[in-house]
Formats: sequence, C-alpha cells, structure tokens
Amino acid sequence: MSAAAPTPRSEASVEQRVDAIQSVLDEHGMRPGEFIVQADHLVEEKWVPENGARVVARAWTDAAFRARLLANGKAAVAELGYEMPRHHRHLVVLENTATMHNVICCTLCSCTAFTIVGLPPDWYKDLEYRARIVRESRTVLREMGLDLPAEIEIRVWDTTADTRYMVLPARPPRTEGWSEEQLAAIVTRDSLIGVARL
Amino acid sequence: MDGIHDLGGTQGFGAVRHSPDAKAFHDDWEKRVNALYSLAVRLGVFNMDEYRHAIERMEPRHYLTASYYERSLTSLATLCVEKGLVTRDDLERRANGAFPLALASAPGRGNATVRERFHPGDRVRVKADHVAGHVRMPAYIRGHVGVVVAESPPYPFPDAHAHGVPAEDEPTYDVRFSTAELWPSSADAAYVHVGVFQSYLERAPE
Repeated sequence: MSAAAPTPRSEASVEQRVDAIQSVLDEHGMRPGEFIVQADHLVEEKWVPENGARVVARAWTDAAFRARLLANGKAAVAELGYEMPRHHRHLVVLENTATMHNVICCTLCSCTAFTIVGLPPDWYKDLEYRARIVRESRTVLREMGLDLPAEIEIRVWDTTADTRYMVLPARPPRTEGWSEEQLAAIVTRDSLIGVARL
Repeated sequence: MDGIHDLGGTQGFGAVRHSPDAKAFHDDWEKRVNALYSLAVRLGVFNMDEYRHAIERMEPRHYLTASYYERSLTSLATLCVEKGLVTRDDLERRANGAFPLALASAPGRGNATVRERFHPGDRVRVKADHVAGHVRMPAYIRGHVGVVVAESPPYPFPDAHAHGVPAEDEPTYDVRFSTAELWPSSADAAYVHVGVFQSYLERAPE
C-alpha cells in the first residue's frame, strides 16, 4: 500500500465497506470475527418473537403474572429468563381489549424490544411505516390487512426514548381450554407489534 | 436536528411493503454490520446516542436511498473515523473505493435549566425548541399539548450524550397526544403516545 496512491473515486460496494471496517476493528484487537459468530446465534436463536409469544401465553393463563407484566414488564419477562439490553431500562406492555388497539413504531429510527419481540422486520424499518403509522394509523393498518371496526380506539406508541414496548394481544375466544404451549404457537410477531390481531 | 430522519407524519409515502414472514436481514453483510456496531457499543467506542446521531447526520439523499443496514454501516464508519480509529483515506484504501460518511455534527446541549416533575394526568406542552445537534423530540410534537400517562426511569439525556456533553440522567414521560391536536383535520383519529424527555416539556395551562 503506497502512501502516494490516489484516493479511488468510484464508490466501494457495501460488502467492501463492511470488510474495511471489520479489518479496522480487528486491528484494534476487538475480535470482530468471533463476535459476528456469537451475534449470529443471538439474532437467529435467542432474540426471537417466540419469546414474546411465551410471555403472552403465560399472561393469558396466569392472572398474577399478567398483573406483574403490566406493572413492570422488564422484571416479569426476566422471570421467564428473557433479558433486555442494559440501555432498555423499562418495558411497557400494552394490553389490547375489545375496544382498544395498540400499535408500536419508531419514527426517528427503528427501535424495538428486540430481545423480546425479535429483530424488527424490514417493513418496520422502512420509511413508509415510520412516516405514516402515527398520522394514518387506521388507514395503514387496513392496508396491512387489519381492518379495525370504528368503535375500536387506536393508540400508537412511538419509541423515541429507550423505554421499550410490547403489545399484549387479546386472547381469541376460540382458545378456551388450550395449553400454554398451544397458545404461544398462535402469537405472531405482527401481533406483538400490533399490526395484527389474533 | 430537523433532519431527513424525522419522518413521523411526513406525507407522500406509499403503502407499507408488508408480509407476515418479512425478514430482519436479507444478506450476510447486514448481519455483520449489526454485530460490528453493537460490538463497538459494547466496547465503549461510542454510545447508542452517538450511533443514532451519526445516522441522522447522513447526507439526506444518501439517507433516503440507503437501506437500514447501510445507514448502520455509515454511522459505524463515521464514528470510527471521528474517534480516531482509522482515517478516511485509510478506510477508502481498505474498501478499494469511496466510502461515503455522515456529515459533521453541530454542538450538543445539556439538560434544561429548569426541569419539572410531572405526574399522570398533568397537561404538558412540548417546548418549541429547535436543536441543531441530536434530539429525540420528533418535530410532529413540537409546541403541542398532551397529557402525561406515565413516567419512565431516568436515561442519559440524548442531546448531551450524543455529543460528550456532561448532563444528568433524566426521566422520560409517556405523553398522550390526540392526532386532532397534532394534525387538525388531517389525520386518522387516534392517540399517539411519545416518550418525551423531561427537558423537552413544560406545564401547560389547564
């Protein structure tokens, strides 16, 4: 590498740029290669919407747990072994009812309670969702397949600080008598974000 | 900053490209970027507020056309250059091409000199502050009145924390706004709840 080499003009591909920054972290002794392997395990196996689904199923079947979850989400999910990053100091659980529907977004970037509801899907991070959901919630939800009756009030939660949110969907009446495991299986990521009802 | 990232309520966008099984990642490099930036945060190279602000400082055309993880990559690289881990020239030599970075930052600010403790039910107004540096007050609530619903634990004050300015941690308030207040006659009826830092708020007359 000659010091006199001119700066190249054409833009490096995104993969070349990632390689470049990874090599910088490597030279500073940060062991990025090892961390990439660890992080892959976390995002594929540990930080998945099935966590939130288990929390919901427990809340549906255990009234005392539900009360603790609504009072202090972070402590309640920890009972089930789910951790949140240090900077997520608070988890607020938003309970849907027959007359009220909650939906989560982050208009400024794309924050989520990712250890509980999973890494955010692509559409959550897209400009369209971030721009429109706060102002046109009923229209956007309808476009996404959730046509809410007029009598259901909508509450949109914009994740502008490091408090995190999770929707507690309403339990479908058809599930009476189901086991916790059966219940967890029907809870989708979309319902934890609030763009679907079950 | 009143930047391109502050999208809430912006009109003109089309339908959300939604599918129930939408992926979080579409390519291996995206997972690598996600790991590398969080490694840098864990090791204290920069904090989350610096990270978010470096995304906001991207040149607007670049911001709008970059994917989510390209924005993440741009922030990571920008901060590594600004923190002195590598020069831009060296980075571009390693990448074998130009490496677009975010633009320079404006100065940050500390907590508001007077901060009031609020309680659920209090009516509050979001101050009409215009902040050149990092701020977590979406423009759509600026100057508007809402009702406090809850208080969250104290967090680092982003306007300071993104800039290395010393400041006290402060609580955020969940403030409920009606869309009729935010966008009169120009929004679907709903409540919008926003986590608002204490320094951004003042008591509103009853």
